[in-house]
Amino acid sequence: MSLALEPSVGPATTKQVTRERIAGNVQRYGAAIVLGLLLVVGSFAFPTFPTLSNFTNIATQSSFLLIVAVGMTFVILTGGIDLSVGSVYALGGILAAYGSTWGIAGAVLLPLLVCGVVGILQGLLIAYGGMAPFIVTLAGLLGIRGLVFALTNEGANTPLIKDAAVTALGQGGILGLRWPVVIAVVVVVIGSVLLARGRGSQTVLAVGGSESAAVLMGLPVARVKFSVYVVSGLCAGLAGALNAAYSSSGVPTVGVGLELSAIAAVVIGGTLLTGGRGNLIGTTAGVLLLTVIQNLINQVGSLTSSVQAVVSGIFLAVVVIIQTVLSRTQRL
Amino acid sequence: MTEQLSTAAPAPVLEARGVGKTFTGVTALQGVDFTLRAGESLALMGENGAGKSTLIKVLTGVYQPDEGELFLHGEPASFAKPVDAQHAGISTIYQEVNLVPLMTVAQNIFLGREPRNRFGLIDFRKMQEDARALLATYDIHVDVRRPLRSLALGMQQMVALARAVSIDARVVIMDEPTSSLEAREVETLFRVIGMLRSQGIAIVYVSHRMDEIFTICETVTVLRDGKVVHNGRLADLSRVELVALMLGRSVEKVKRGGVTAFGEVKEGEGEPVLTARDMSRKHQISGIGLDIRPGEVVGLGGLLGSGRSETLKAMAGVMQLDEGSLTVDGKRVRSGSVAAAIKAGVVMLPEDRKAEGIIPNLSIRDNIVLAALPRLSRAGFTSRAKQDAIVDVFMKRLRIKAASPNQVVSELSGGNQQKVMIARWLAMNPKVLLLDEPTRGIDVGAKAEVQALINELADEGLAIVLVSSELEEVVEGSARVVVLRDGSVERELRGSEVTEHHLMAALVGENHSPAEESPAEIKERL
Ligand SMILES: Nc1ncnc2c1ncn2[C@@H]1O[C@H](COP(=O)(O)OP(=O)(O)OP(=O)(O)O)[C@@H](O)[C@H]1O
Ligand SMILES: [Mg+2]
Repeated sequence: MSLALEPSVGPATTKQVTRERIAGNVQRYGAAIVLGLLLVVGSFAFPTFPTLSNFTNIATQSSFLLIVAVGMTFVILTGGIDLSVGSVYALGGILAAYGSTWGIAGAVLLPLLVCGVVGILQGLLIAYGGMAPFIVTLAGLLGIRGLVFALTNEGANTPLIKDAAVTALGQGGILGLRWPVVIAVVVVVIGSVLLARGRGSQTVLAVGGSESAAVLMGLPVARVKFSVYVVSGLCAGLAGALNAAYSSSGVPTVGVGLELSAIAAVVIGGTLLTGGRGNLIGTTAGVLLLTVIQNLINQVGSLTSSVQAVVSGIFLAVVVIIQTVLSRTQRL
Repeated sequence: MTEQLSTAAPAPVLEARGVGKTFTGVTALQGVDFTLRAGESLALMGENGAGKSTLIKVLTGVYQPDEGELFLHGEPASFAKPVDAQHAGISTIYQEVNLVPLMTVAQNIFLGREPRNRFGLIDFRKMQEDARALLATYDIHVDVRRPLRSLALGMQQMVALARAVSIDARVVIMDEPTSSLEAREVETLFRVIGMLRSQGIAIVYVSHRMDEIFTICETVTVLRDGKVVHNGRLADLSRVELVALMLGRSVEKVKRGGVTAFGEVKEGEGEPVLTARDMSRKHQISGIGLDIRPGEVVGLGGLLGSGRSETLKAMAGVMQLDEGSLTVDGKRVRSGSVAAAIKAGVVMLPEDRKAEGIIPNLSIRDNIVLAALPRLSRAGFTSRAKQDAIVDVFMKRLRIKAASPNQVVSELSGGNQQKVMIARWLAMNPKVLLLDEPTRGIDVGAKAEVQALINELADEGLAIVLVSSELEEVVEGSARVVVLRDGSVERELRGSEVTEHHLMAALVGENHSPAEESPAEIKERL
């Protein structure tokens, strides 16, 4: 008898592997499939739904959340969480408005710089200080919102953007797509390539999958954890700046609860909340799903925003249940 | 390289002098001197909690020693992080975690050193090819695109080994690498170790299995309570002497112990307490039937993948059955529900204790009484005194080494964590106890205690099913052995047939009487 170890894999057959793969793919692309179904159903149900202007609208509305959710995906993949993104988003908007006095460069660079520093601080505390992401970013959520109010005279000021080039960044576009949409797509594409095949991508997944194993393997765990919070800060700041450009003003109260929408989108998109598995295509589908649901509810017209929240909540619950069931099938 | 081996005393590669390490309240290492020479294969021995894993972690930069120094090739060295030790050519398979279950085999092997294309992006195709080629050199054939967690435990361990040796290393340290391996896999492992040694690579090997130690190691360092109590050539020691050194007992006292501590075993009488009929699940088991009577220990024999663990899982409600029935005391038990199984009195000690049971951040006490709580409570209140009594008994019997019952389990040594798990299931006072590898990873002293305990429980009328990859444990511990092969019952050994000899023959599926062949010959062919 040869020493080949093939049989010791157990009776796991190719059939089983195939089943695992199918389950994995459903988990990965489930949000996209549901999105497709919703689009079809919505188009038949509401004649005002499948119009070019409505779709453009959905795309623009989604773009800001999507950029935030990309950063959040990286954070969640490492098993962390970033609750500060809503506040950082508002900060980015305010700084873009103030920075717009120096033209487009000021409107983009100032928020990126400051929000990047916020990410660096949070990343340092979490990755090198060993503090819990939940606590650190919760402090960020409260503190940064406070900073936003301090910068705007307790929220009484709403700095306006007068520079035409800056407002064009929010409202102009190319090929019928607004710049925020184009930029969001670029962010998703770059993020996807990095996540699929970039240098640190495997460490991101390993940290989320088993941090202690990653440490013992000698992977740069702290560096990667630090980086994802910086990326998340940058993404939230960029999204806030674009939103300010789009609305021609930095609104201090914008982005309240945005962190929860971002987390919801990421999870609906098939990323495990515990980390270690996920992708940005799913996150994109998750964001679009949330926006489309809201849009469809608006089509009905008579529903209040609280009903919207209930529907989104139910949806999230269903998705999480399906994910759990699927990951169980894969484990067997 | 072989010339190097034959010279009298090659230069030390890795040395520790006067190393001490204290955790809150526990002295894990004290004044430890340790020397490893090029091409040497050294066994690091000691009871559970003696400090073996701690020493390894100090040597590889996971922990910083409180005192003492390390030397690498005679030069003072210090490793701030595990990666520093890896760069210095020290590759380690740690006892607890090594790999990332969600990631694929190939990703795990190349984590941190993924092959890249000319744009600096990871080249997955090359990675998979390389992983396949690497595993093939060790005769391991597995789909490298599968997530690690979908592989059997033993296979996962082989992947960890492949990763460890593929990092260009001068020293390979293995902390209980075989605790989840099957006989055939152990042989593959030994072959790999042989290859490493012929390349002049030094090996540190930790195991509680004596035959392995004597097969592959030349020298031995024995730790007891954090101190080195012996250093020398293995050939100069007998097994009994080695055990005596580890336990700190006299040789005579150890000799009285025997190979295993099982007493007389007898077949159970009367009505079966557990009856399984025609248990089947696609690709795993098919048509397995069993009768377990009170007071008997039934061994389940079989190679890895024969469906042993799956059979236990089916009976414990962990695995849903496609077909078949399970009755306990004449009452049908719903398949696929652990709660139903426990309610009926069937509990299982799972094979993979790490993933399937231990709650690392809870105390020893809580981990032990957790599952027994319903039984210990009255109207929702539990008597603390009752809990303490139970915990106390098990900590003593199983010799769980800890500062107090309140210590969190994650701080215990690997073997002591195992003992806590065993205590938990025993504390539930079940009717049927399913034991999957009950003595894996625990030291000789405690092993004997567990075996004696299994015996006692059977005498008290418990029905026990025993799975162990150590043949002598199955044979000496069981009154009869049901041998599985490819997911169904191959045959049953009873009475005088329950010998290693017959079991081995049945494992490979020999139908004729194996009398003409010696066990050694059969082992050879395995
Ligand atoms: N992180 C920790 N915190 C507190 N105590 C610890 C910690 N790690 C180990 N210890 C203690 O140090 C002692 C030595 O543990 P170690 O893991 O080195 O034992 P071991 O010889 O490897 O045992 P085993 O054979 O069970 O694996 C034990 O008493 C253990 O409880
Ligand atoms: Mg250990």
